[in-house]
Amino acid sequence: MARLNLNRLTRIAVVLTATVLFLLARSAFAQEETGEGAEPVGAGPGVLEPVPLTPPPAEEAPPPVVFPQPQNIHATDLPNDNGTGVALLFDKAAAENDRTYYTVSIALSAGGPFAEATSFGAAGNFKENFNKYYPGFYWFGRFRNPNTVHVAPITEIVTGVDEQGRPKHEPLTTGKTYYLKLAIEQDGETMELPQVFEAVPKQDWFNTALSNNFLFAVIFGAIILFFIARARRDPNLFIRKIAGLEAVDEAIGRATEMGKPILYLNGMSDLSSLSTIAALNILGRVSRRVANYESQLTVPCRDPVVLTVAQEIVKQGYADAGRPDAFNADSIFFLTSDQFSYAAAVSGIMMRDRPSANFFMGYYYAESLILAETGASTGAIQIAATDSATQLPFFITTCDYTLIGEELYASSAYLSREPLLLGSLKGQDMGKAFMMIVLLVCTILLTCGVVFVKELFRALG
Amino acid sequence: MQFFRRRFPILLAFLAGIAMFFAQYVPAKPAQALYSGFIDWTIIIAGFAGIFGIISLTHYHMTKVRRRVPGYGFSVTTLTGFTVMLVIGLFFGIAQPNVKTAGDWMFLNLMIPMQATMFATLAFFIASAAFRAFRARTAEASALLVAGLIVILGRVPIGHYIPKLTDLAAWIMANPSMSAYRGIFLGVALAGIAMSVRIIFGVERTYMGGGD
Repeated sequence: MARLNLNRLTRIAVVLTATVLFLLARSAFAQEETGEGAEPVGAGPGVLEPVPLTPPPAEEAPPPVVFPQPQNIHATDLPNDNGTGVALLFDKAAAENDRTYYTVSIALSAGGPFAEATSFGAAGNFKENFNKYYPGFYWFGRFRNPNTVHVAPITEIVTGVDEQGRPKHEPLTTGKTYYLKLAIEQDGETMELPQVFEAVPKQDWFNTALSNNFLFAVIFGAIILFFIARARRDPNLFIRKIAGLEAVDEAIGRATEMGKPILYLNGMSDLSSLSTIAALNILGRVSRRVANYESQLTVPCRDPVVLTVAQEIVKQGYADAGRPDAFNADSIFFLTSDQFSYAAAVSGIMMRDRPSANFFMGYYYAESLILAETGASTGAIQIAATDSATQLPFFITTCDYTLIGEELYASSAYLSREPLLLGSLKGQDMGKAFMMIVLLVCTILLTCGVVFVKELFRALG
Repeated sequence: MQFFRRRFPILLAFLAGIAMFFAQYVPAKPAQALYSGFIDWTIIIAGFAGIFGIISLTHYHMTKVRRRVPGYGFSVTTLTGFTVMLVIGLFFGIAQPNVKTAGDWMFLNLMIPMQATMFATLAFFIASAAFRAFRARTAEASALLVAGLIVILGRVPIGHYIPKLTDLAAWIMANPSMSAYRGIFLGVALAGIAMSVRIIFGVERTYMGGGD
C-alpha cells in the first residue's frame, strides 16, 4: 500500500510539475510573441515571477490608417512667373483632415534621387492662396466652389551642400524637365505614391494677375491722350481754380517787394519718385516767374541727381524769361542726404536769410513739421504741395496754402496754362469721375450681395 | 544738333517709359533683366552724382567763407566736420563687424545724438502746431478739435479707463480718417498716371530743363 501510495503521490507530483512547467513555457512563449522583455524589471536572474493562471485579455489592434486618395494629380509649369517654377496640383481628397500632410519631392530624373521640395498641411495650399499665380480662379472660382484644389508651387531645387554642410538651393531652370512625386502623411504614417509627374518651367510673357491693372492703365492713358488731342483742336478749356497756385505770383511778388529770397524745396525723395519730378516741373515755372520779377531763388537739394536736374531747369527758366545773366548756379546747392541734418540746415537758412516765401513741394517725411513750423515762425508766406498723406495735416496746419495729393501733379500744367497740359488735367478729371461712378456702383452691388466685383479691383501680383 | 538737344531726350524718355510700363506686366526674364538693368543704371548715376553733390557742398561753403558772409562760421563748421569725417573714413576705415574704428565712433557718438536731437525737437513743434490747429474758431476747426481729442485720449493709457473711448478713437481712424486717406490715394494714383502719360509722350518737358 505504502508503495502504491508513493507511486500515486509521485504521479500526482509529476502531473502537477508538468502542468506548472507547461504553464510557465506557455507564458514565456506568449511574452516572446508580443515582443515584451523576457526579463521583467525587478526580476533577478533565476527568479520566477508569479504567473497568472488565466491568460491575459488580448489587446485591441489599432484600426488601419486610411490614407486620403487625392484625384486628378498633375504637374504643370507655374503660371505668371519668369520661368523658374513648376507646380503639382491635385483635388482635395474627401478623407483628408487636420492630421493629413502632403510632401512633394523633386528630382532631375524620373529615377531620382528625389529631394523634398515642399510640405504642407491639408488645411493650406489651395489655389486661392496663390492668387499671384492663379488669378482667374481667384476672381471667379472662389465663390462657386472654393478650396477644392491643392497647389504645391516649387521654385527651387537642392543641388548639393554648401561649405557649412547646409543644403544649397538653386532656382529651377527654364526649359528643363523636372520630376515630382507626392507623399501623403496620415496619423504619423507615410505613403508615397508610385507615380512620377513631369513638368517643364516656361517663361510667361504676360502676367494675367495684373490684367485689371493693365486694362485700367491703358483705358485711363487713352482718355488722357484723347483730351490732349482735343485740347489741340479746342484750346479753351475750363480748369477750376487752385487757390495755392493762384498765390504763387503773390508770394513771388511779395518777396520781390521785400527784397528777400524765395526758398524752394523739392522734397526728400530722389528723382525716381514721381512727386520729385512734379516738384521739379513746378520749379521750372516758378523760376521763370522769379526771373521775370528779378527776385532771388534759393534751392537747397537733398539728392545730388535732383541737384543737377534742378540747376538745369532753373537755368532754362531764366533763359526762357530772357534773363540768362541773372541765373546764379550757387543758389541751387547740395546740403546733405541725411534727413534730419537736411531739416536742420534748411531751418538754419530760414532763420538766417529770412526768405519771404517758402515752397515745400514733393514728398516729405517726419521733418515736414520742423521745416514748416520754422518757416511759419519767420513770417514767410508758405505754399506746400505733397502727396504724402501722413504729412498733409502738418502742412495744412502750418502753411498758408496746401496743395493736396493730386494737385501737386497738376501744378505744372496749371501754372503753364498750355492747352495740351491742361487737356491732360481734363482727362485726369474724367478719370476721377469714372472712378467715382465705379465706386458708387460697386458699393451698391456689394450692398446687394454681389461680391465678385470686389475681386475685380483687387491688387494682385 | 537740334535733334540731340530737343528730340533725342524726348525719344529716350518715350522708349524708356514704354519699356518700363510693359516690364511691369511681363514676368519673362528678358523684361525683368531690362527692368533691373535700368535700376542698376540709376544706382550708378546716383553714385557719380554724389561727386557733384560733394563739389557743390564744398563750393557753396567755401564761397561763403571766402566772402565772409554773415554766419560764415557755420560754413567753417560744416567744412571742418566734412573734412574730418572724410579723412578718418579714408585712412582709418569705416565700421566693420567686431572692429571699432574712429569713423564708427564718431558716427555713433556725434552723428546719431545730433540726429536724435533734431528728431526730439519735433515734439515741441507738434505741440505748437496742435495749438494752432485746435483753436476752435469755426465749425470745422471745432470738429477737428473734438476728433483730435478723442483720438489722443483713446491712444494713451488713461483713455482705457473711459468707457468706449478707445473704440470711438479706433472707429474715427478706421472710417472717416481712412476714407479721406483713400480719396487722396486714389487722386494721387490717377494724377500719377496722367503725369506719366504727359512725360512719356513728350507733352511735359519742363523736367528736362529744355523749356517748351
